[in-house]
Amino acid sequence: MSELLLRVDELKVHFPVRSAGLFGRQPIVVHAVDGVSLTLARGETLGLVGESGCGKSTTGLAIMRMLTPTAGRIEFEGQDITGYDRAQMQPLRRRMQMVYQDPYGSLNPRMKVSDIIGEPLMVHGLASDRRAYRDKIAALMRTVGLLPNMADRYPHEFSGGQRQRIGIARALALEPSLIVCDEPVSALDVSIQAQVVNVFVELQQRLGLSYLFIAHDLAVVRHVSDRIAVMYLGRIVEIASREALYKSPQHPYTQALLAAVPVADPVVESTRRRAIVSGEVPSATNPPPGCRFHTRCPHAFARCRTEVPELRDLGGGQAVACHLPEAATPPRAQ
Amino acid sequence: MDRVSFDVGVGETLAIVGESGSGKSVTALSILRLIPRPPGSIDEGEILFDGQDLLKLSDAEIRSVRGNRIAMIFQEPMSSLNPALTVGLQVGEPINQHRKTPWGKALDQARDLLARVRMSDPASRIRAYPHQFSGGLRQRAMIAMALACEPQLIIADEPTTALDVTVQAQILDLLKDLAERAHSALILITHDLGVVARYADRVVVMYAGRVVEAAPARELYARPRHPYTRGLMASVPRLDGDTHKRLVPIEGQPPNLGALPPGCSFAPRCRHVTDSCRASRPPLRDLGSRHQVACVLEA
Repeated sequence: MSELLLRVDELKVHFPVRSAGLFGRQPIVVHAVDGVSLTLARGETLGLVGESGCGKSTTGLAIMRMLTPTAGRIEFEGQDITGYDRAQMQPLRRRMQMVYQDPYGSLNPRMKVSDIIGEPLMVHGLASDRRAYRDKIAALMRTVGLLPNMADRYPHEFSGGQRQRIGIARALALEPSLIVCDEPVSALDVSIQAQVVNVFVELQQRLGLSYLFIAHDLAVVRHVSDRIAVMYLGRIVEIASREALYKSPQHPYTQALLAAVPVADPVVESTRRRAIVSGEVPSATNPPPGCRFHTRCPHAFARCRTEVPELRDLGGGQAVACHLPEAATPPRAQ
Repeated sequence: MDRVSFDVGVGETLAIVGESGSGKSVTALSILRLIPRPPGSIDEGEILFDGQDLLKLSDAEIRSVRGNRIAMIFQEPMSSLNPALTVGLQVGEPINQHRKTPWGKALDQARDLLARVRMSDPASRIRAYPHQFSGGLRQRAMIAMALACEPQLIIADEPTTALDVTVQAQILDLLKDLAERAHSALILITHDLGVVARYADRVVVMYAGRVVEAAPARELYARPRHPYTRGLMASVPRLDGDTHKRLVPIEGQPPNLGALPPGCSFAPRCRHVTDSCRASRPPLRDLGSRHQVACVLEA
């Protein structure tokens, strides 16, 4: 195992929606992230998947320390950054950057592309030499497959895929070790998605970056990730290597999620076993007791309704949070 | 949208695939003559439904077709349901309108329809408002409304794009199942090649407002002929695909519909482009096995 870059322990992020009222009303709290633990090594990609409201984006924002965690511990490059304030975070921001989902909303429409990409260099005082600064921006643009002669244009002159490349170039400007990518290709058309996915993969090979790749598209996540964590209602229900997760998913929710995604082949589709779960994700303001998936799980029994299952190591880097005995057996040999 | 032709058989599921701007939604809206005029207009062609040209009907006649013999399901269930009316009134409205069923009976039928789309407790759901429903429940209500008059054709425009994957599978399974039972034909408009593979009998691939390829689903996936169709299939990662293989993107950008090239609209992005591609637009050619393609390579 290579060097550890990021370690998250029992991270919790709760948002109070309504405080306790005068008349003894119960406060309402959204348990967006409720006990997430994960690690990320240098040069590795960890995929974080789950349906809307599962807390995957909140986890990303908390790791970036754009949100203050309610509880837990975040360790980045050996430093405990959980309680860091703005000033303490400032030097670390060079090392951790973010790429957002919406390439339309995340770029300032009044700034030239060169200024958007160069802004992080300005903020961190790395733009003293005018010429070196221009060269750096040109190099960044080439790195992500943009032509440097487009540097004086504005975001609206670019397509969605090109804008996402601008966002990636900006994230790369400070030479970070970690990039948190929050649904970075889901707003793009399918023929353009592949272009941007390839940019991510090539940059990692060249620069040794680590990615926390947050997405709901299981096929894209499978393509880019070394390991994958599956979230449901604020908790990780399963974490495993890419091979293990897709070949022998152990948690009933992982199985349901994979079964729900259609494969682009009518012959394969006609023979696939389909275990479609009923219902929808319950509200995170009042998550079900016990295992949060028990309300939709086809295998739930009494214990699932009362006792929260902890992540159990199955060996080979696979861990699952499920009371079912069959989930306790190690994954089949491949 | 430019000279688009296709057909759907009784009880068949036809998928129209394409990316944003390919004209797939406009195609669906024009079938029901829902294109706002101006700025849009249907300049030529015919839309034959059960032997009748929908373009020749009067406004009153087309209204009697909409929601009755042809029903439509939209992508955004929240913006296509009226927030101020109960779900029961909205599901019962087509029955009251087209069948002249009195409201009391129409509401009873609305309740039965909600049960058919597998909603729990339909008796109280008909009194609920759309905002009280989750995304999946709203789309079930839309399906109930579409089924109300037992249409011969249901057009579903990206019906599950706004939903999570597990709910998407529930809704599409339900839609396919109910359409089959009612012997309704289904036009499924989507950008998702997986959804097409799972649910469609036949597929029409659109690019920049034109049909570039049409074939039975298995034929299309086994032998995609148009460079755009092949490019699309190579650029999408698959759950069962080889993870070490680099994705092969389609280079370039989708064209600006206001300034389409004179020849094949895919020519600027095509790896196999020739001079004749740029000169004139290739017609849709029959290859046998109900497979049609608009590409000079196949001439």
